[in-house]
Amino acid sequence: MLTLAFYLLFLLAFVVVAVYAERKTAAFIQNRLGPMEVGPKGILQTIADLLKMIQKEDIRANAVDKLPFLLAPIIVFLAVFAGFSVLPLNSEVAGSDVTGGLFLLLAIISLDVLGILMAGWASNNKYSLFGSMRSVAQIVSYEIPMGLSVLCVVIVTGTLDLQKTSFLQSGNGLINWNIIQHPVLIIPFFIFFIAGLAESNRTPFDLPESESELIGGYHTEYSGFRWGIFMLSEYGMMLLLSIVGTILFFGGWNSPLPNIGSFNLYEMTSGAIWGTFWLLFKSIILVFIQMWVRWTLPRLRVDQLMSLSWKYLTPLSILMLFICGIWKLWLIN
Amino acid sequence: MSYFTNISYAVRTIRKGMALTIRYFLSARFKRNKKPVTSANYFDEENGTFTVQYPHEEIPVPDHGRYKLHNEIDDCIVCDKCAKICPVDCIEIEPIRAVEEYGKTSDGTPLRIHAAKFDIDMAKCCFCGLCTVVCPTECLTMTDEFDYSTSNILDHNFSFSKMTEQEIAQKKTELEEFQKEKAAAQNTTSEEKSVKAVSKKPAGKPVFKPRPIPKRK
Repeated sequence: MLTLAFYLLFLLAFVVVAVYAERKTAAFIQNRLGPMEVGPKGILQTIADLLKMIQKEDIRANAVDKLPFLLAPIIVFLAVFAGFSVLPLNSEVAGSDVTGGLFLLLAIISLDVLGILMAGWASNNKYSLFGSMRSVAQIVSYEIPMGLSVLCVVIVTGTLDLQKTSFLQSGNGLINWNIIQHPVLIIPFFIFFIAGLAESNRTPFDLPESESELIGGYHTEYSGFRWGIFMLSEYGMMLLLSIVGTILFFGGWNSPLPNIGSFNLYEMTSGAIWGTFWLLFKSIILVFIQMWVRWTLPRLRVDQLMSLSWKYLTPLSILMLFICGIWKLWLIN
Repeated sequence: MSYFTNISYAVRTIRKGMALTIRYFLSARFKRNKKPVTSANYFDEENGTFTVQYPHEEIPVPDHGRYKLHNEIDDCIVCDKCAKICPVDCIEIEPIRAVEEYGKTSDGTPLRIHAAKFDIDMAKCCFCGLCTVVCPTECLTMTDEFDYSTSNILDHNFSFSKMTEQEIAQKKTELEEFQKEKAAAQNTTSEEKSVKAVSKKPAGKPVFKPRPIPKRK
């Protein structure tokens, strides 16, 4: 319970900061300044936007299918947020004690699709439906490379429990991280990251939303607070996948600083609070990379999206799965 | 392209693009200098954010830029040239001839006409600058002020005349009296003249007569 309560509060704070950070990142990459007016350096801009958003009218068009329309944002958010339940926070606070934690996580966040499909269908708007259909096609396709890349880590570590995965990587700073201990995991990490971008509908895979042609896609008909929940879920998904990526590949809550001789830097930077800090710090770096990718790469076409998933990432992840199996069998044992 | 060239092409281009954007991201800690466009190395500034937060800061504009018109009414001889050359008729002048020379401009031109009204409607102005070119005393100039937008279009009509209603009425009556006196004086002389004029040969017509251009209203 403690982790879930912590992550709920952290997620809300994170979204407020991340929207601001996203706008600033975009601005800096494009030689602009970004929000500057509200508060010093525009730091209160998101809060102002949030206040505006919750005051807005909750518009429901006549032709919408009421029940799915109202349920959809809640389902999307629940699906994403339930994923946080199995995440550990630090060496003392583990998440929900589920043996197959990682698979539970992947299964739950796939329910996201259901909410998005409901939103698009219930909106009774052809462009919203286009967005939903793209989203479903995309998320279902990218589940496969994502699942396979996660499976590579599971083969190497031999556990589905994220807390155990973190403990396996503790010891001596970043030397003990999975990605450094097992260099075969480098390519699975990239597959995981790319598939993660697609799962969270981020550019270059933001076809479901594609502002330029679908004007927001599945959430076009939503306004005010309900739209805000979709936004919250998108950022929640970003954070969730970054945390999972951190735990699987970059040591979770373990300090990256190694012991140097008799100078116990690792022990000094370990502990409950340090652990939480390191986990979130590493995740936020991954979130920054997601933002950086967003403002660099243009959106893919639908056929390119599908060919990337089925022709490139899936065969590659199957190959990596095979290589990881060989690595586990002959090189570790 | 074959399968593996596709992969290597994607990896190379993504790496290049990402390197480019992170360079921009890092250079955002610098700000470009807000130089005027006239400065020699205006285009050399390549790094850093370019945003000008306008009401708080602005790029200096050249003094001779074509912005808001200003008339230094003390130097204006009310010659009406500006109003005549204006392609969009944005200058409206109501002159009152002075009875006598009442002063000199700063460059020594005698002032003989009062400007009862000297209005420039900047809402109509096309910023061609012709009026400033023809102005003989160079009292009509374009200033570097460009931000004078208003919510009421009538506020774009700038009035430069400094004369009050009373002064205008006074000058008008002065002129009327002067003209009456002159007419009276002329009547006495013209009677004498008309006698002589009969014997006088009529003056030849001018060879070239400029065609009056009707002013558009």
